[in-house]
Amino acid sequence: MTSARFRSVALAVAWRNLHNFFSSPSLFLPGLLFPLFFFAAFAGGLSRIADVPGFDYTLGYTGFQYVFVLFQSAAFSGVFNGFAIARDFESGFTRRLFVAAPRRLGILAGYAIAALGRWTFTASVVTAVAFAAGMDVGGSGVDLFGLYVLAVLVNVAASLWAAGVAMRTRTVQAGPAMQLPVFLVLFLAPVYVPLSLLEGWIRAVARLNPISYFLEAARGFLAGDPVTVGIAFGAAAALGVLFALWAVRGLRRAEASG
Amino acid sequence: MVFPLFLLAVNTGGLESAARLPGFPADSYLDFALAFAFMQGALFAVSNGGVDLAKDIQTGFLNRLALTPLRTSSLLAGQLAGVAVIGVLQSLLYLAVGFVAGVSIQAGVAGALVLLALSLMVVVGFGGLGVLFALRTGSGEAVQGLFPLFFATVFLSSAALPRHLIEADWFRIIATYNPVSYFIEGMRSLVIVGWDKQALALGFGLAIALMVVGLVGASVALRLRLTRT
Repeated sequence: MTSARFRSVALAVAWRNLHNFFSSPSLFLPGLLFPLFFFAAFAGGLSRIADVPGFDYTLGYTGFQYVFVLFQSAAFSGVFNGFAIARDFESGFTRRLFVAAPRRLGILAGYAIAALGRWTFTASVVTAVAFAAGMDVGGSGVDLFGLYVLAVLVNVAASLWAAGVAMRTRTVQAGPAMQLPVFLVLFLAPVYVPLSLLEGWIRAVARLNPISYFLEAARGFLAGDPVTVGIAFGAAAALGVLFALWAVRGLRRAEASG
Repeated sequence: MVFPLFLLAVNTGGLESAARLPGFPADSYLDFALAFAFMQGALFAVSNGGVDLAKDIQTGFLNRLALTPLRTSSLLAGQLAGVAVIGVLQSLLYLAVGFVAGVSIQAGVAGALVLLALSLMVVVGFGGLGVLFALRTGSGEAVQGLFPLFFATVFLSSAALPRHLIEADWFRIIATYNPVSYFIEGMRSLVIVGWDKQALALGFGLAIALMVVGLVGASVALRLRLTRT
């Protein structure tokens, strides 16, 4: 009975968000165009980076950048989840939802499912464009499963992070607080070259950044030569748990605020 | 002011190894990339120039201002003077950070002054475009929404690699037709080459064209807006 209530709330919230997303170009287009733009700018404009001595990624620069853009889109689809929650607070919808929902944790789950649904669409388009641009795949089905599961974990973690911020602030003006930290950790990782080719301060920072290990593992999966898999999945799971606690406490705080 | 420095730091750290590519025109990627920060900072002039004015339109302040004997040229000059001051301050900051990080300007002190002048012209040009869009749309959100579009022009230019090292034909063609490439190449030439007459002529020529489009467009749009009210 309890799980049925949870499921009905989660599915209702998810459906509403997905419907809003796909029926509103102002929400739908930025989330789709930005990853495509970054893919075009990086894979197209910087492809000669693959000729740098020591760049040894076997699938070339298109595959190398595909992985970054895939993870970037996963993270930002999660962040846009926070925007949706904040918008619903500002319009008063969430207050009504709190009154109506028998299991309020289902609200969080519903927003997270919607974020995953949005990202699935974006990732499909980005993947199709990458193949059209001549991307090769060296990994097996199992490797690719690992690649996409890791990306899903990043999407869920980012989604819960942004939900936690949105539940506490309850305003769209907190958008930069949701977005900026994610942007920072993404770009303080091996975006343009492998970790081994980074130099100076950014190398030191990237080595401490979990996103670096997600990218290294994911690029390994795509090439069929998995590396740092344990660290990547461990860090992704830890972030997921941490941000789940963050989001649930945010939900409790929003409930307490009335 | 800070965001372009962050991207400069990240890009320099991430792409330092690009300086080892055969034919790369600088010994250090930081020297090559410093102009990127100037260009990005200049793009913020679109928002700086337009958003406040759009707010004045939305709140009806501009309508009330139209009832006073104010000259449109004064209003435009006032709006763009603020943008220019911010532009100068941010350019000085980028230059100072560059010096601290070890950049040396090949064209010397005079080159640094020319770099500031070119940067200022680009700032005023983009500021004029921001004012133009604010007056045409009357919406701060619409002006803010333009920023990603302008931002995209920097990434689709020769900002990250010189054009002769861009491998993808379609990207090199876009970068060649993109005026932002020439603003950047003009500024960059002063840092890594010295006095490159062709790069400077193209940079200043297009900056003047941008200023003319921005200022004339903003001036006409302001007159139309005040007539309408």
